[in-house]
Amino acid sequence: MNIVVAMKQIPDLQQIRIRNREPVLDAVPLTLGNIDKNALEAAVAFKESHGGKVTVLSAGSEDLEDTIKEALAAGADEAFLVLDDELDGADSEAIAGILGAALNRIEDKDLIIFGEGSGDNYSGQVGPRVAEILGIPLVTYASSIEINDKTAKVVRSLEDCEEIIELTLPAAVSVLAGINEPRIPSVTQILKAGKKPKEILEMDDLGLALAEKQVITLSNLAPESERKQILLKSADELVKALSSQSLIGR
Amino acid sequence: MAGILIYSDKNDYALELLTAARIITASSGLDVRALSINNDSQAEALAGAGAEVCKINNTAIALADASALANAIKQAVEKLDINTILLSSNLRGRELAGRLAQIIGTACLTGVSAVKLNGDKLECQRNALGGATVATQYIATEKKVIAIVPRSFEKAPAGTGKISELEVDVQATPGLKLVETKAKSEDSVDIEAAEVLVAVGQGLNSKDDLPMVEALVKALGGELACSKPVATDKKWLSEERIIGLSGKKCKPELAVLLGISGQVQFNVGIRDAGTIVAVNSDENAYVNKMADYVLVDDLHKVVAELNKILA
Ligand SMILES: Cc1cc2nc3c(=O)[nH]c(=O)nc-3n(C[C@H](O)[C@H](O)[C@H](O)COP(=O)(O)OP(=O)(O)OC[C@H]3O[C@@H](n4cnc5c(N)ncnc54)[C@H](O)[C@@H]3O)c2cc1C
Repeated sequence: MNIVVAMKQIPDLQQIRIRNREPVLDAVPLTLGNIDKNALEAAVAFKESHGGKVTVLSAGSEDLEDTIKEALAAGADEAFLVLDDELDGADSEAIAGILGAALNRIEDKDLIIFGEGSGDNYSGQVGPRVAEILGIPLVTYASSIEINDKTAKVVRSLEDCEEIIELTLPAAVSVLAGINEPRIPSVTQILKAGKKPKEILEMDDLGLALAEKQVITLSNLAPESERKQILLKSADELVKALSSQSLIGR
Repeated sequence: MAGILIYSDKNDYALELLTAARIITASSGLDVRALSINNDSQAEALAGAGAEVCKINNTAIALADASALANAIKQAVEKLDINTILLSSNLRGRELAGRLAQIIGTACLTGVSAVKLNGDKLECQRNALGGATVATQYIATEKKVIAIVPRSFEKAPAGTGKISELEVDVQATPGLKLVETKAKSEDSVDIEAAEVLVAVGQGLNSKDDLPMVEALVKALGGELACSKPVATDKKWLSEERIIGLSGKKCKPELAVLLGISGQVQFNVGIRDAGTIVAVNSDENAYVNKMADYVLVDDLHKVVAELNKILA
């Protein structure tokens, strides 16, 4: 069983500061999307109990070569990277096209796992787009995956219902953040990660060129916050404050 | 000349999309068409709100088969001469948006909470950087797929519309079999509609402390809500009650946040509240910065005291 996990390089969201409503991204370290880590964990846990191989696939800027070590340390066996400095922040359509082309290069792939949305944009388009490109079945929003020989049984967890879906492999799944708890790699694993095999391609190698952006960003600002931040000392003071605003005791 | 097509699997969301479509077309005079797929009651509801509805009845299209749905919508787009497709950004809608945009060969925005036509650009607002920022974006391609967050628009009022039938040729996706559908818990609370919300986070010691919080909820005349981990990791409350990016977007008059750290993914669901109270034992908790009233204290103690005062 060979599983490919698609992961996105994003800025570490915890470290983004806001200045004059603008996000300050300089010097913010890069990491991999949170839910993508759940996708990786699902693949690695399966490999550990049933054998097989886990390939991590990602398209991004040159920094990815370093960022991807996180995934290799957390149990991926090898990385397949498409590098181009224009790729961070590229449209979902462009990224899906690249991942689709890359996946066509990866011969043995029984299952492709995505996170349900990237950590930064949370748009959720790439998995469904890639499934359409490859013409394979995809189940989104998985809360559990049970992989058998030629099939996978997936629980798709929607707002008001759960669907139990059987997929014939090769197929794709996108997972919810709640599906598992991603492991934190040990120091030895991190040290060894640098030695794991990486296949690195450029856009040219895939016969692709980056198209002009079709999603144009006019502004990207933190919402204005005009909260009073009044520090109170007791429950009593809180009740008085809220009553004076007719927010309680109506 | 046709212009906008709307589709959602949920009747209420479809009615909201109808409002959004009318706002967009108000100045342009473009047509609005509504699509319902294997859902006669929805077709009636949309026609009852004045929409020109095209209804597809085709047994090859199952709701669980988003690829087949996308194919059906693509054919409708071609037959009806559509440029802009509005979908709902619930989970099914988000998946559908990506698929449809891919097979049409166009760009797509999901999670859109506001739209405005500015000249020929349809400007959309959506959360970015995990909710830390709100981006204003537009799609430069002629055809556009836009998925709108539920409850961003009012449902369209009653009107007189009409229904016509549309034929499409769609195959079910091979290799995908729906074995079973299970409804989720009966907890059908609507935290978005509540004027007062009391939300608990991981600062709550245990499930046994919930009754005390429920008593406060009752005293304040509100609903109980929570941060995501309280529902998905601890499973103390149902997922219906989650506030935030992957939960509900709420605008209560009063929100009391108990033991919640205030991560951006949570904040996006509550930042439109009228008044926010934060109770957190950590004076540096991020949530304190987004609150009107801040109590730095143990939430269990504060809730017990509030219950006593309000009794
Ligand atoms: C893509 C994505 C989507 C997400 N969507 C959502 C979402 O929709 N909604 C959501 O909530 N989260 C979401 N999250 C998770 C989010 O990032 C946070 O992890 C989560 O909101 C934290 O929940 P919390 O504040 O309850 O817990 P914590 O961050 O653990 O905070 C607990 C707080 O309680 C305080 N505390 C502890 N003990 C006490 C006490 N005795 N009295 C008072 N205070 C106490 C602590 O000081 C702390 O501030 C999402 C994450 C990702 C990556």
